[in-house]
Amino acid sequence: MSKAEAVRAHQFDDSGQQHEASWIGMWVFLATEIMFFGGMFMGYILYRSLYPAAFANASNHLDVWLGGINTAVLICSSFTMASAVHSAAAGKRRTLVSCLLLTMALGLVFLGIKFSEYYVKFVEHLVPGISFVYEQRFAGPAEIFFSFYFAMTGMHALHMIIGIGLLTYLVVNSLRGRFSPSYHTPVEMIGLYWHFVDIVWIFLFPLLYLVGRHL
Amino acid sequence: MKAEPHVSLRVYVLVFAALIALTLLTTGVAFIDLGGNLNSIAAVAIAVCKALLVILYFMHVRYSDRLTWVFVGAGFFWLLLLIGGTMNDVLTRPVRSPDTASTSTGVSPR
Repeated sequence: MSKAEAVRAHQFDDSGQQHEASWIGMWVFLATEIMFFGGMFMGYILYRSLYPAAFANASNHLDVWLGGINTAVLICSSFTMASAVHSAAAGKRRTLVSCLLLTMALGLVFLGIKFSEYYVKFVEHLVPGISFVYEQRFAGPAEIFFSFYFAMTGMHALHMIIGIGLLTYLVVNSLRGRFSPSYHTPVEMIGLYWHFVDIVWIFLFPLLYLVGRHL
Repeated sequence: MKAEPHVSLRVYVLVFAALIALTLLTTGVAFIDLGGNLNSIAAVAIAVCKALLVILYFMHVRYSDRLTWVFVGAGFFWLLLLIGGTMNDVLTRPVRSPDTASTSTGVSPR
């Protein structure tokens, strides 16, 4: 009995059907994630259309270099994740573990840069709330911009933290030899999740960091 | 699902290089005033290209069966309905954009 057959749940005819069900189920979950982040993107687009000048002004308070570096870090981590799935399919356990560890490390670098940015925003009184200070002209709408900034990057960071937890699970199970070329569905599914979180950032970077740079 | 499509590492490297190049492009273009809404359009267009590269190659959707495409497409289609429907309402209202009329109205400053 192959490894894939060994982990087949009884409701499936064969491991191929089980594999297909996993892919579709994961995409259904990702569709709910698209809707979840989509609501915040919708709010951002709406308020930016109402206060374009204030949003551009507030956006220029973000550090475009740190944002750009973080974008590159996440793209690298997506590449290492794709390589992890590739190694799992080829049955290269050591490469799989290295790729997963590298992905986790890049995720932690991203979070480190992100939280150092948050720290600067606290110091500069740019966190919405009672200590928010901004030039009078744009104060209200700028506070809305920073509310979106913290809500969207905060939810994104939470997804990254969950992703790193899931990667830990994969590392442990790879070391135990639970994955093989015929069965490595968890690596593929968590890979899909990780790439999705990367896509969210691909949109957050231009919308939050770049909207006012040409002014 | 059909036999595991084995995407070569070369494809991943090319996609990775394209994603980094597009990140540099979007950052560079953002500093040039293209006029009107062109800056926003360029930024979103580049982001959509990057997202498509990730979805099609890193997420293997290009090699997946039609049923998976339906589920992927449905998610993004509903997102377009959300944004399209809402902005169709907001942008066609007679009075809008307190930002251009007077910046002090709308939300009261602290």
